[in-house]
Amino acid sequence: MPQQEVEVILTRQLASCLVMPVFIVGPAGDLLYYNEPAEAILGHRFDETGEMPVQEWSTVFEPTDASGAVIPPDQLPLVIALRSRTPAHRDFWLRGLDGTRRHVEVTAFPLVGQAGRFLGAVALFWERERA
Amino acid sequence: MRVKFWGTRGSLASPGPDTARYGGNTACVEVRGEDGAVLVLDAGTGIRLLGGGALGTPSRVDLLLTHLHMDHVQGLGFFGPLYVPGLEVHIWGPASTTLSLRARLGRYMSPPLFPVRLRDLPCRLTVHEVPCGTVHIGPFSVDSALVCHPGPTTGFRISTAQGTLAYLPDHEPALGVSGPMAGGGWTSGLALAEGADLLIHDAQYDDREYAARVGWGHSTVSRAVEFAALARVGRLALFHHDPGHDDAMLDTLVAEAVARQRPSFPVEAAGEGATIDVGR
Repeated sequence: MPQQEVEVILTRQLASCLVMPVFIVGPAGDLLYYNEPAEAILGHRFDETGEMPVQEWSTVFEPTDASGAVIPPDQLPLVIALRSRTPAHRDFWLRGLDGTRRHVEVTAFPLVGQAGRFLGAVALFWERERA
Repeated sequence: MRVKFWGTRGSLASPGPDTARYGGNTACVEVRGEDGAVLVLDAGTGIRLLGGGALGTPSRVDLLLTHLHMDHVQGLGFFGPLYVPGLEVHIWGPASTTLSLRARLGRYMSPPLFPVRLRDLPCRLTVHEVPCGTVHIGPFSVDSALVCHPGPTTGFRISTAQGTLAYLPDHEPALGVSGPMAGGGWTSGLALAEGADLLIHDAQYDDREYAARVGWGHSTVSRAVEFAALARVGRLALFHHDPGHDDAMLDTLVAEAVARQRPSFPVEAAGEGATIDVGR
């Protein structure tokens, strides 16, 4: 595995100390890390899922709106933050890998390091309710 | 490649009889290539003696600054080559998110902190910002990367045909880590140090001191040894000694760490005036 940038390492270390669920992706959208509180929402330990390409994580959790309509990847906050490099926020439903559907709010923002290097994006999750 | 330590102390110069053996000057390391080409690492107070004649008469001097904390730049204004008319001097170091390296250097090299302005120096000064990929300076191939320390801070990996030196004088690779440090790209600075013949690494604290200084940007002796093992280096020189650690304490810290961790490579506390030949 290539050396991660220090800003990404520090973000992961911060995330590992937070009780807020945090999801970190690299500049190409590849999942780099999610913390233990995120494991509770996503229904799987990070050590078991490992790193994952954007095409996989953006669909594997089956994001839907309140009516059950599938939300396409490009409307997910984290994908918006990655592609437009702007912050994004919305609520939606997802199905964890343990099969539980949860109503979450997600705030995502791009991660930009020293000298303007684009390093990926970070998403914070808030669980509203579960079905 | 030959390495000579001109300053090994961290944070604050601490001269005196209790620090005479490992030295009281702050960070400065001379790196000589086989052909006499020279790199100077950091401009702590140790740079004054180096620049006062020990450099000889090079046609070019390259000064690599890991960061701009005072213990790494306090000697800059006393570095002789800066005052040699026409001498080619290159300073390499990190910019900040809002200021260029030249502007940051100018904050120190200007009144009221210093009487001589950067722009008034008679040498032919060029300022380069790092990290900037691999740079070739004479026989040296230099890589740099940002590492874990407050403010923009780089480490350097310097290679010649003879060997590789990794220089991470201010580095807290275990920040936020409660167990063993991770491999696989998730430990700061690891790629710089990977397989180096000599690693010069921050070892400011003992474990008890570190507990009260987490986030200050420095490593313990034990974490430095662990980091060196993870990077599979050939030799470790502990550096950036705490100003409160006298020679006897440094001896004890090294002996205890070696006895406890049993590294497969030599470990020593870097001492002012000592030299190490790197590689074959």
